[in-house]
Amino acid sequence: MSMDQSSLRIDNVSMTFSLPGGNSIEALKDVSLGLSAGELLSVLGPSGCGKTTLLNIIAGFLAPTAGKIVLNSHEVTGPDPERGMVFQRGALFEWMSVRKNVGFGPAMKGVPAKEIRSRVDELLEIVGLHEFGDKAIYELSGGMQQRVALARCLANDPDVILMDEPLGALDALTREKMQSLILKIWKNTGKTVILITHSVEEALLLGQRLLVMAPRPGRIHKEYKLPFAEMGVNTDLRDVKKHPDYGKKREEILSMIWEMEEEIMGRKE
Amino acid sequence: MIVLMIYVAIFVLAYIAYHFIVGKSVSNLGFNARKTVTFGDESAVTPNRSASVISIISIFVIWGAFTGSQISPIHVPGPFIGDTSFLYTATNAQNQTSDAKVFIRVSRVGEDAGIPETSDESQNGFARDDALKVAAWRSGLIRVQKNDEGGKEEGYRVTAINGHPIAPLQSVGVEDGVVNMTAKGSLSFVPYKGWQMEPIWLPAPEAIVTRLFEIIQDGYQGVALSENIGWSLFRVIVGFALGSLVGIPLGYAMGLNNWFRGWFDPIVEFMRPIPPLALIPLVIIWFGIWEQGKISLLFLAALWIMTISARAGVSGVNISKVHAAYSLGASKLQILLHVIIPNSLPEIFTGARVAMGVCWGTVVAAELVAAEKGAGKMIIAASKFQQTDIVIMGIILIGIIGFGIDILMRMAEKVLVPWKGKG
Repeated sequence: MSMDQSSLRIDNVSMTFSLPGGNSIEALKDVSLGLSAGELLSVLGPSGCGKTTLLNIIAGFLAPTAGKIVLNSHEVTGPDPERGMVFQRGALFEWMSVRKNVGFGPAMKGVPAKEIRSRVDELLEIVGLHEFGDKAIYELSGGMQQRVALARCLANDPDVILMDEPLGALDALTREKMQSLILKIWKNTGKTVILITHSVEEALLLGQRLLVMAPRPGRIHKEYKLPFAEMGVNTDLRDVKKHPDYGKKREEILSMIWEMEEEIMGRKE
Repeated sequence: MIVLMIYVAIFVLAYIAYHFIVGKSVSNLGFNARKTVTFGDESAVTPNRSASVISIISIFVIWGAFTGSQISPIHVPGPFIGDTSFLYTATNAQNQTSDAKVFIRVSRVGEDAGIPETSDESQNGFARDDALKVAAWRSGLIRVQKNDEGGKEEGYRVTAINGHPIAPLQSVGVEDGVVNMTAKGSLSFVPYKGWQMEPIWLPAPEAIVTRLFEIIQDGYQGVALSENIGWSLFRVIVGFALGSLVGIPLGYAMGLNNWFRGWFDPIVEFMRPIPPLALIPLVIIWFGIWEQGKISLLFLAALWIMTISARAGVSGVNISKVHAAYSLGASKLQILLHVIIPNSLPEIFTGARVAMGVCWGTVVAAELVAAEKGAGKMIIAASKFQQTDIVIMGIILIGIIGFGIDILMRMAEKVLVPWKGKG
């Protein structure tokens, strides 16, 4: 668990895609943000607001057309194990057992097998899959698969964990359990976490800071600082949802996104 | 046509009989039986095994019935075998008429029952009895005038058969056959053929089994059966292995690199739709008719299929997996070895199954054209001698082996890529 003063800075990042017809789309325009170590940020916005593009730029899969990402005072130029990624689905390796999946990162680095084994056991215990180490990926349920993805990401001990709608494909009950798990892991490891979601509730629960983005061009619309994530670490998430502020914020953000959607529809016509 | 109608009739009768006897009672167990909507629900349609059994049995029964086989309890009328006779009336140059008999013995094909005896009674006219032997399904020419008094004189002619008048190019039906008169006035007798097939067209099932054991024991034209099949399999395996060895890396390169994709795309896309059989003439010109030619042909048959499946395997990788692997610190080589190759295996196995099937078909065809040994060579040689039983036996063996190859590939697939279709 690295407790170094790692910080992530998003510096005037813009991303413009040119389309075949000669037009271009501004997926992101002048996005700037600073994140200190151990912060939990959730990003919310209507479709087309560039939130996934932003995450891909931070992960290093895309190079921005302008601006830069700086982590621990060096510029991000490509994917690196310092920035771990959890995908919505389909990113696990079906040809490997659960154990091999979780140990993939260390194995690629050439960590001795014994060491990998004990770390994997430890991580499987954390995500509640210690009995499933030798199972095949396709034998697990969707929720279990996301636990494996989470453990696999943690095995590399990254400074930043990027999550791209990690719970989007799960049913409501599994989702709630996973939300608690993510909060627990965030608190216990002290990692910086950026989580993208299209669920307002999830963004409220899993964000010390919540970023609402707006489309065309993709930009930061509003930022909130929220107490619910801290509350959720020790409390049942259902109790957190009963908090009066939670409901108020939920309504506020919902109507904000609703308006944005309406605006997009209007512009189309 | 008759056979087809009988087959359709059996299909319909079996269907009605099955549903009449069995009804819905057996299938009351299981989830599918509780479905009220089955028409249109593909998952509710499972092969009815009784239908499969009846289908196979009826094929053999029809086959047996039309070949006079022992395995079939019923037979369609067979050809006439045995002794028969007919009466002919001749008119000589003096316009006198006289009757005589023609005795005919019809024997099975390949058997010689000898010439029937003629009775010498009532030889009071100028016409004399004749004798003829003829094999079933064949016809026999009888020059009745040859032994008749004055048969060679001008004006002698046969005017009636069994009392029915006959003229050149006419025919008269008699017991157990038909008598035709040629343009020159000779008679020919065609025994009743029945509905059964001549062994030269379609041998009985047991004849084929007998022939199979014979060939297993003695080989055909000095080449053992195992050697014939072994050569065909050897060519398929070598051709397929070479095709994979080149095709899979080429497919990977095309899936991973712009230049490779651009360079080989036109070649692969052009070669893919060309049936390998169309290449046989060119391959023979270039490589000759020996092993080199056949293996080159199979190499080409397997190459494009394997290239395309490897390329599809690479392009089919979920980009999240590659991104995840990079984020976990894998190098390009590690991504190739641990992500791209295993991820492409299901596609490659599908391609390999297709390629093996195509290679098996191509090798038989290539052997039909030119080969010293091989399954295809065996049946083309047998067909030149009209040994239909060997031809059919060979076709059945080729089918069984092709099916066996596919089953083996499927089993290998299950063991080696258990995650296929479960991603």
